[in-house]
Amino acid sequence: MSDAPNRVDYQGPPDYRAVGRHAVFPQTTHDEIERFNFLAQMNRHLGTRILPAVKTAFEQRVAPRVEAEGGRFENRHDVRKALLKDPYYQTWSALRRMTMEQRQQAGRWVALRQAEELASKVEAAVAAEGSGIEAGFVADPKVKIPRYVSAVDHHCMPGSYHTELFPGDVSAAANYDSGIFATTGGTLGRYSDGGGHAVVQWVRRHLPDLNPQRILDIGATLGHSVLPIAAAFPDAEVIAIDVSVPVLRYALARARSLGVRNIRFVQADGADLKAFADASFDWVQTTMFLHELSYGSMRAIMRESFRVLRPGGVVLHVEQPQYGKDMPLYEQAMRDWDAFYNNEPFWSTMHEIDLDGFLLRAGFKREHLIHGGVTAVVDRDVFPDAAEESGEDYGRKAAWHVVGARKSV
Amino acid sequence: MTLEAALAAASAKPAGKRPYFLTPEVERVMAIAMAIAQELAVARARVDTLERLLERKGVMTREEIETFQPTPDEATERGLWAQEYIARVLRIVQQEAEQIKAGGATELASEDVAREVSDADE
Repeated sequence: MSDAPNRVDYQGPPDYRAVGRHAVFPQTTHDEIERFNFLAQMNRHLGTRILPAVKTAFEQRVAPRVEAEGGRFENRHDVRKALLKDPYYQTWSALRRMTMEQRQQAGRWVALRQAEELASKVEAAVAAEGSGIEAGFVADPKVKIPRYVSAVDHHCMPGSYHTELFPGDVSAAANYDSGIFATTGGTLGRYSDGGGHAVVQWVRRHLPDLNPQRILDIGATLGHSVLPIAAAFPDAEVIAIDVSVPVLRYALARARSLGVRNIRFVQADGADLKAFADASFDWVQTTMFLHELSYGSMRAIMRESFRVLRPGGVVLHVEQPQYGKDMPLYEQAMRDWDAFYNNEPFWSTMHEIDLDGFLLRAGFKREHLIHGGVTAVVDRDVFPDAAEESGEDYGRKAAWHVVGARKSV
Repeated sequence: MTLEAALAAASAKPAGKRPYFLTPEVERVMAIAMAIAQELAVARARVDTLERLLERKGVMTREEIETFQPTPDEATERGLWAQEYIARVLRIVQQEAEQIKAGGATELASEDVAREVSDADE
């Protein structure tokens, strides 16, 4: 029709049916798909249509009121506490929290209604790998779920990554996999692997001499971010670890179904890598992981990463940008939202601390520190490209910093 | 997993105290409204899918929907449906009106009558 909006101008998430499927991806009905479509559009609306006026409200009434009352903002927490009293920030926050809750509900229903079927498919894939320490999935019953995982469920995901509702249950993983499209509005791409592709592209460009034989990915969950790395370095042996069993078992079935064979999934805590020898990896990677930790565990992970790296090897951490001195307090306060209202309790602290200092204390040399920036690499014919989006949905945009170091030879 | 268990687990509360940004009563109603908004979008998408499939199969065109003219009888049926629907949705407002007419706050509550009819000395 002539009054139809110009299709070329369409900016927003693609239809959910563009999401890539693999053998253990949950089945979805028409209406379940439309629920995710609605939620992806809701997140986009929240970020592009509602969020900008939070800044207007801050500038025009929140900050002036604090000033009129003789107060001043010493830090981002002062800003956030003042925002909490503003009706528009309240509405945006309530809607953002609700949308996250609805996303979890939608994904969990999809995963739970077929939980037994998914469990048996994954069980078959795990069994096909055999057992023993060289199998595609290796459990370690001695690994304890750390308090930073169990205390509050990250990003409002009931049961987090580790809960099995019955033996062999993988619904936690299937929920995450099926719904991440809604949370990110498709900006992570077809297989939610835009972060991994970005890392590969960055490494090829900036560390062309890195020829990894052994790669360790810490906090891998479903392996969605590490699979592009394994695929890009087919001669390398990739070991993906996580503390949670359901995600690792699902990750194995998912990886094999997607044709990636040079990766194994091992239950282990990055803070205690004693299963791995000194100087046994060329590359240690974490992707959107550090913010889920605790101060102590992060220190231990940095230390252990240094130990297991070979001289000349690299560690790379991909995260949302740090709160620097030049980042306005308003932006810091907005980026902190997930820490306090989306169950990401370490997010706030992690983004203010000196990551370089952590790396130096772990043993890396200052002249070998690495800093860079990446945006998700996606199939741009179908998926939104974060590099071309000018907006900022604080903490959600698929644009990250790379912080790492190379171990001295 | 039983249907009952799956329904309960799908809507489970994540560990950690839930923050409320508005008064809890308002936020509760808003959350329910947003869930209904979601389901309306889902229903709308399903109708859209249906229309497009019917059009692809040559059963009808979407243009026919846009230019649809009900017969007088059909229009009456549709009008009656709309009236019944609105009355059902806004029943609480009707009750408020009846309450005012019945004398407002002076009307007896069932609890008051319960005491009265349970009086053994009656």
